[in-house]
Amino acid sequence: MEPVANIGGMELVYKKPHTLTEIPTHYCPGCAHGVVHKILMEVVDEMGIQEETIGVAPVGCSVFAYNYMNIDMQEAAHGRASAVATGIKRVLPNKYVFSYQGDGDLAAIGTGETIHTVNRGENIMILFINNGIYGMTGGQMAPTSLLGMKTTTSPFGREASTMGNPLKITELIAQLPGAYFVTRHAVYNTAAVRKLKKAIEVSFKYQKLNKGTCFIEVVSNCPNGWKMTPVESNQWLEKNMLPFYPLGDIKVPKS
Amino acid sequence: MENEKGTSETRLMKGNEALAEASFRAGMQAYFGYPITPQSEVLEYLAAQAPNHPDVVILQAESELAAINMVHGAAGAGARAMISSSSPGISLMQECLSYMTSAQLPALIVNVQRGGPGLGTIQPSQGDYFQAVKGGGHGDYHLIVLAPASVQEMVDFVFDAFRLSEKYRNPAMILADGALGQMMEKVILPAAGSLPKMDAPWATTGKRHIRERNIITSLFIQPEQMEKLNLILQAKYSQMQKEVRWEEIRTEDAAIVLVAFGLTSRICEKTVDLAREKGLKVGLLRPITLYPFPTNAIAKLAKSAQAFLTVEMNAGQMVEDVRLAVDGKRPVDFYGRMGGMIPSPEEVLVRVESIAEKLHAVPA
Ligand SMILES: Cc1ncc(C[n+]2csc(CCOP(=O)(O)OP(=O)(O)O)c2C)c(N)n1
Repeated sequence: MEPVANIGGMELVYKKPHTLTEIPTHYCPGCAHGVVHKILMEVVDEMGIQEETIGVAPVGCSVFAYNYMNIDMQEAAHGRASAVATGIKRVLPNKYVFSYQGDGDLAAIGTGETIHTVNRGENIMILFINNGIYGMTGGQMAPTSLLGMKTTTSPFGREASTMGNPLKITELIAQLPGAYFVTRHAVYNTAAVRKLKKAIEVSFKYQKLNKGTCFIEVVSNCPNGWKMTPVESNQWLEKNMLPFYPLGDIKVPKS
Repeated sequence: MENEKGTSETRLMKGNEALAEASFRAGMQAYFGYPITPQSEVLEYLAAQAPNHPDVVILQAESELAAINMVHGAAGAGARAMISSSSPGISLMQECLSYMTSAQLPALIVNVQRGGPGLGTIQPSQGDYFQAVKGGGHGDYHLIVLAPASVQEMVDFVFDAFRLSEKYRNPAMILADGALGQMMEKVILPAAGSLPKMDAPWATTGKRHIRERNIITSLFIQPEQMEKLNLILQAKYSQMQKEVRWEEIRTEDAAIVLVAFGLTSRICEKTVDLAREKGLKVGLLRPITLYPFPTNAIAKLAKSAQAFLTVEMNAGQMVEDVRLAVDGKRPVDFYGRMGGMIPSPEEVLVRVESIAEKLHAVPA
């Protein structure tokens, strides 16, 4: 990164994105939400689209996303963020619109809206934060919780025969003709963060093509919900989550 | 003649189609819906006319749940937005309607009621009165509720509902029923463009550098903040009381006052005629707005009239509000049919006659 200022002889080599507010986030130490917020706003800064971007926050840990992102935002009911985003984008087709949703929000209570939003090929970006657990409500089982995973509502581990299998909704989404770009990322190390940032940037750019929905999954940790330290949670993510939710593009635009 | 902008015109139309045409003329910018009898003609009409209105968003959603949340998004983005459905579909929307009142979003919700509970019947009903006027979803809130009694009012109330909902930044409902939706009557369609565009500086249209970001939310996690929001809403509901509308027919000398809204008010109008022919002093009060409710008008009549009879197509819902208004000063009787049955003027008259007999107060 280019040095952006010179303070008392020292070079300022890093600063918070302009479009991120000054409000300290409420996220737990080590949580992925804060990182994703930051790079999302970095992209908005770099593309210079603060005035043209409208976000939709979910019900989940990121319910207060609008406190941290200095853009116009709406707070949707649990699971309905993509429907709210549809309503916004349909009446403001020239704006950049995104929804930001957790796995409970997007892949359990809001599954119908998720699938139909993408199936209509709404020209929005859906950012899907998959931490395999219900963070906000205190660590209950999510549709994406891995088999054997202990949560407060699967205290003996998730069992397929009674609790169902973890849902790979992103692969499902990629089947839909309305999906233009479907990709899975993570933020557990800097290389991964850089890749996610690139994916967010191209997704915003694709929005102007009116070719369909861009869907980005971010496989995330939840140190608190998983009852681990931040470092342990990232190690656990790499060892357990990534083999089941492999990173990389799942559907890319035909060139 | 069709769709000639800038002129009003007279047509013979079905209630649902007249309402749909009125929505175009009232400057609706976005409609989201899902088919359900007896109101599917609304979406069908809008879809058929869509080529004449290329700037209007018309979308068939995957459910009423999705549709109302699309209304949330569109209204929050400053568009004049609308949804229509019938009873079961309206039940599905209740969570979002609670969010929308809390987030102070204007929109028009149309309920062309059918008989319930459950999947019920597709025949007309007024069984959703409580749901419509008492909130319907969770928390302390109200919708503005207008009850049309004719196809003409299906048209006129679209304009009124948009105007009121935007004035108060609160969803407004047109509470019709299957009969009003399906019947054909002559209507005068107002010229397009008579309703000024909504001024929505609060909308999420993209944060301009000249203003703070706009946030549409119903989340106020601190109880002090949430109580403050509630106080704002309650103050708004007090303000709204001045929008109350009702109609009185032959109440000046009435000993017995019928109270009925929507379709039943038309039936009761006929009952008044039949009763008057028999020399019974009977009148009718028709609430036009169900929220706000014409409490004072009814209280005033409680001074002159001797008895009230509330007639509804349900098990007795509005009658509770009539009793609150009458405040024990006069007997308030109830007559109702349920499950999609429509009372006849004659069967209402039988009840009126029995009240008259009990009163011994009406000169023969
Ligand atoms: C209709 C409704 N049901 C349930 C809830 C309670 N609730 C709030 S957040 C949440 C789960 C959120 O989990 P997820 O979407 O995975 O996001 P995270 O908190 O993990 O980021 C639930 C069940 C609610 N607010 N509304």
